[in-house]
Amino acid sequence: MSGPLKRGHLTEPAVVRRTIMAIAFVFIALFLVVPLAAVFGEAFAKGWDAYRAAIVEPDALAALRLTLLAAAIAVPLNVVFGVAAGWAIGKFQFPGRHVLMTLIDLPFAVSPVISGLVFVLLFGRRGWLGGWMIDHGMKVVFAVPGIILATIFVSFPFVAREIIPIMEATGTEEEEAARVLGAGGLQMFRRVTLPNIKWGLLYGVILANARAMGEFGAVSVVSGHIRGMTNTLPLHVEILYNEYNAQAAFAVASLLGCLAIVTLILKAVLERRVRARAAVSEHDEPWESKSAA
Amino acid sequence: MTHAARRRVLPGFGLTMGITVLYLSLVVLIPLATLPATAFTMSWEAFRATISDPRVVASYKLSLGAAFVAAAINAVFGSLVAWTLARYSFPGRRIVDALIDLPFALPTAVAGIVLTTLYAPSGWLGAPLARHGIDVAFTRTGIIVALVFIGLPFVVRTLQPVIEELDPDVEEAATSLGARRMAVLWHVVLPNLLPAWLTGFALAFARAIGEYGSVVFISGNMPMRTEIAPLLIMTKLEQYDYAGATAIALVMLLLSFALLLAINGLQAWTRRRVTG
Repeated sequence: MSGPLKRGHLTEPAVVRRTIMAIAFVFIALFLVVPLAAVFGEAFAKGWDAYRAAIVEPDALAALRLTLLAAAIAVPLNVVFGVAAGWAIGKFQFPGRHVLMTLIDLPFAVSPVISGLVFVLLFGRRGWLGGWMIDHGMKVVFAVPGIILATIFVSFPFVAREIIPIMEATGTEEEEAARVLGAGGLQMFRRVTLPNIKWGLLYGVILANARAMGEFGAVSVVSGHIRGMTNTLPLHVEILYNEYNAQAAFAVASLLGCLAIVTLILKAVLERRVRARAAVSEHDEPWESKSAA
Repeated sequence: MTHAARRRVLPGFGLTMGITVLYLSLVVLIPLATLPATAFTMSWEAFRATISDPRVVASYKLSLGAAFVAAAINAVFGSLVAWTLARYSFPGRRIVDALIDLPFALPTAVAGIVLTTLYAPSGWLGAPLARHGIDVAFTRTGIIVALVFIGLPFVVRTLQPVIEELDPDVEEAATSLGARRMAVLWHVVLPNLLPAWLTGFALAFARAIGEYGSVVFISGNMPMRTEIAPLLIMTKLEQYDYAGATAIALVMLLLSFALLLAINGLQAWTRRRVTG
């Protein structure tokens, strides 16, 4: 299944092949390589000192802290949900299973601006719950809780949609054997299920984290843009850019650029792990697992 | 094994199902339900007046039109990229392969400011284009450029595995029966890729309609000309016109759901093609 085809007579004539590759490379260079390089080029346009100054500036550090906080709350919650959903949907058959899977994907189908808007409609001063909550001293929108809620919403499906197919593919036999042999529910999960899903789980975490830290539209709607208070890194980038402080904007943006590069590397490494794991379980014969044990 | 027997052996269905439904309801379903609920508090006339306002209609047309053009561009070039990655070997293939997901990994605001800087009249790419009379930044062309960027991985990542899974024996059979390579591609390969190709197009299109972060910087945001629908929602919110924002958003949400259903159908078709 993997890798380019080696059979010579099944490739296109050399002229066609070279043309296709040339177009593909120019397209990738224009739309992916040049923009990524330009982020770092612009960030260091005024030298190392200006770069450092833009990043250690208090508002930038406050934005970094809020971004880390939002991700540190959103990602673990979505992991708990993702594993629970994976177990319920992947290991059991029940009516409405496909509907449930479609509902889990909903946040991907919704515009980021709408993802933020619904929390304003719910928790804003004139919202369904907001009036009562603000009267009781609970501020959600234009405050940190709103940012965290919006972050949870946009990063919601990532872990679940990685775990569900893996839970489904590994089947129920191993867990059933563990139960028959007397393992408790948690012991079974820790010893049997977790080793099977761990790479997929990590993969989902990487994607959810990238989205949680990088979200702009949804967070922008609920934040109120209060400098040093409700600004995440992407919002801080916007403010700096709109103040015509492009170099500082790109310096802060380069932190998010690094996040993107780390995400891509981890993603590529994990993809190979997940694929290797899938290949092993496809050919899993009893004697093989015995000799491995 | 029957489902009933499976349930007896494996524990935790009730607990995990409870967590799933509760969390899904609290985080996604109840918040999303506030949108139609708020829209129902408006009178039909007020709702209709909002969504038929020329400025709103122009923003819908722009969002749909630019998303369609961008998805079409990705459908063409993304196919060539997917084919190159799946079929040809070249040095650095793994790096290029990993780089395809950059638009997923790079925050949209960063994409927005860097594309604007590159395509501005004084930018690396904008300056040579401007000399030929082509303005990109702060025009509709700029919006399309941003939407091509964010849509690219959808087409490539949908097509690439399908190309890799194509059975070479079928192509071989056609070739050994005397078909020329181009005829094999046209009559054998292309029909098998069609469902995935349409799915990739639809995914890129759906994503581009709602996109905000990468577009707002490069679009210039001129009412009637370069103002996308998500930005108009934002503008209404900043004016505390919650009803207006809700009405515009509800139409977009319904559109997204329709596309989601279409994509689910396309994906089922793709699976039947690949496995069947």
